[in-house]
Amino acid sequence: MLSFIAQRVLKGVIVLLAIVVLNFFLIRLAPGDPAVVMAGEAGASDQIFVNQLREKFGLDKPLPEQLFLYVKGVVTLDLGFSFRQQAPVAKLIGERLPATLLLTLTAFAISLALGILFGTFAARFAGTFLDTAITVFALIFYAMPIFWVALMGILLFSVTMDWLPSFGYETVGANLTGFAHAVDVAKHLIMPAMTLGLFFMATYTRMTRASMLEVKRLDFVKTARAKGLSDAVIQRRHVLRNALLPVVTLAGVHSGTLIGGAVITETVFAWPGIGRLMYDALLQRDYNLLLGVFVICSAMVLIFNLITDLVYRLVDPRIEFAS
Amino acid sequence: MKQFWKSMLRSPSGVIGLIILVLAISVALFGPMLFPNSPWRMVQRPFLPPFTLSTVPLGTDALGRDVFAGMIFGARVSLLVGLVSTLVALIVGVPIGAMAGYFGGRVDDALMRFTEFFQTIPSFALAIVLVAILQPSIYSIVTSIALVSWPPVARLVRGEVLSLRTREYVQAAVVTGQSNTWIIMREILPNALSPVIVLASLMVATAILLESSLSFLGLGDPNLISWGYMVGAGRTVIRQAWWITVFPGVAILISVLGLNLIGEGLNDALNPRLSREGR
Repeated sequence: MLSFIAQRVLKGVIVLLAIVVLNFFLIRLAPGDPAVVMAGEAGASDQIFVNQLREKFGLDKPLPEQLFLYVKGVVTLDLGFSFRQQAPVAKLIGERLPATLLLTLTAFAISLALGILFGTFAARFAGTFLDTAITVFALIFYAMPIFWVALMGILLFSVTMDWLPSFGYETVGANLTGFAHAVDVAKHLIMPAMTLGLFFMATYTRMTRASMLEVKRLDFVKTARAKGLSDAVIQRRHVLRNALLPVVTLAGVHSGTLIGGAVITETVFAWPGIGRLMYDALLQRDYNLLLGVFVICSAMVLIFNLITDLVYRLVDPRIEFAS
Repeated sequence: MKQFWKSMLRSPSGVIGLIILVLAISVALFGPMLFPNSPWRMVQRPFLPPFTLSTVPLGTDALGRDVFAGMIFGARVSLLVGLVSTLVALIVGVPIGAMAGYFGGRVDDALMRFTEFFQTIPSFALAIVLVAILQPSIYSIVTSIALVSWPPVARLVRGEVLSLRTREYVQAAVVTGQSNTWIIMREILPNALSPVIVLASLMVATAILLESSLSFLGLGDPNLISWGYMVGAGRTVIRQAWWITVFPGVAILISVLGLNLIGEGLNDALNPRLSREGR
């Protein structure tokens, strides 16, 4: 088990390093001489200042050395400096990370729970009206762009019904503490998390349904039935447990899409996470910040993949850790 | 071929999907002929509600531009980006997957590590970064969407080629001294085509969603009106004018839904052994 984890972590670190190198070259692809751009962003553009910047950020050194310094910086969590926001990129991201984690993990939990629930129902009542209804809904949610779902949610629940706040993380100026604050944050969280979760819920519903129908036909289910086990026990202990394996795999594959969806969701709901930060960086063409967020997003995906891999092995005892 | 159409037309999702696609393509092709005016032009007072004037059936946006005309021109961009970026992704992914599957060994290892690497990077974030750096244009959008969507193609083709490579007719071609390229192109790939076609139809749908999301964030081609751009532009005035955001979104939803249904129909028609009970 430990050697498996070590092996996977090592692989993840290598991939992350490759992403950092890719990032380095992407920065070089950005339009304009970085030093001139930075000087412009800092509000001065005389040659002496540009040269100073070039020296300060090592832009006068040969490319391989620059690459080495950049990688070294990222390893020590130095992601560069955002001139627009006048703060180190790592600090900006650090401040925003908890909000993103809260949003994505809630959305993930909602989508997985509801997806498995609906998928199980659809498979249980395959061919009936309930199954058709669930399948059609899943198809529709699967085809909706996240930003549009978000706006329709605002239109329905904020503008028309006035039930939920349409933006932000907490009520500005309310200065709530303790439980009242938690409730306030939860109210703000419902719509973004549901928006982000619905698309994935649709995927998990379809996957669970298909997978359960597949497992149901296998011989061991017939055996269980022959043993005289009740239908509920067969469904829960035998069919569902085996049917969940592909769903777990899918959840791992989707972690990158989840982060991408968070960028959109946070933008629409002004949720103060790194997705919103990425959008701000985009509007201001703040490339250092943009690519910093990109590296952190990639790292999050890698960690998430590692976790789903572990879960997969816990759920399915047939897969050995040593392999 | 006849058999294919027969089974395609037997699956209800395939039929609905085909109808939607044919409709969308005709709108994209012929719609602009009915609306010769540029969708960027002001035609009426701003914020004209829908269903009030028959000349502007879906109302106008914050600048008095015709929402319906915008949707018709937007169909072009969405379908074009969807189709072209999928095509580019196939051009990249199919050879990589075919080579990995056919040659095996180290070539396979290297190519698959490369593919996995691209698959690990969060795709939408990478697309945002690429379009931002290359500057928004229809070319940079197509390039970045293709670049983030080829890995599944490569993996799928690799798997197919792996299983086809050991077939007797391929062995026969090897024995008769055919070149590797000839064997891959003429013997293996045609037989690996059907799952690739199914995947491609789903990829077009995903590409349309990606394009609309990029345009929504302001990364669309500034010279072309698109559905995502329209929703993004209507976002700030959603309290006064719901129709600006609602209608283009419905257009995206219907086209993506249509393509997903086609994917399902194709899957039923091309891989009958995979179609499941209860459908």
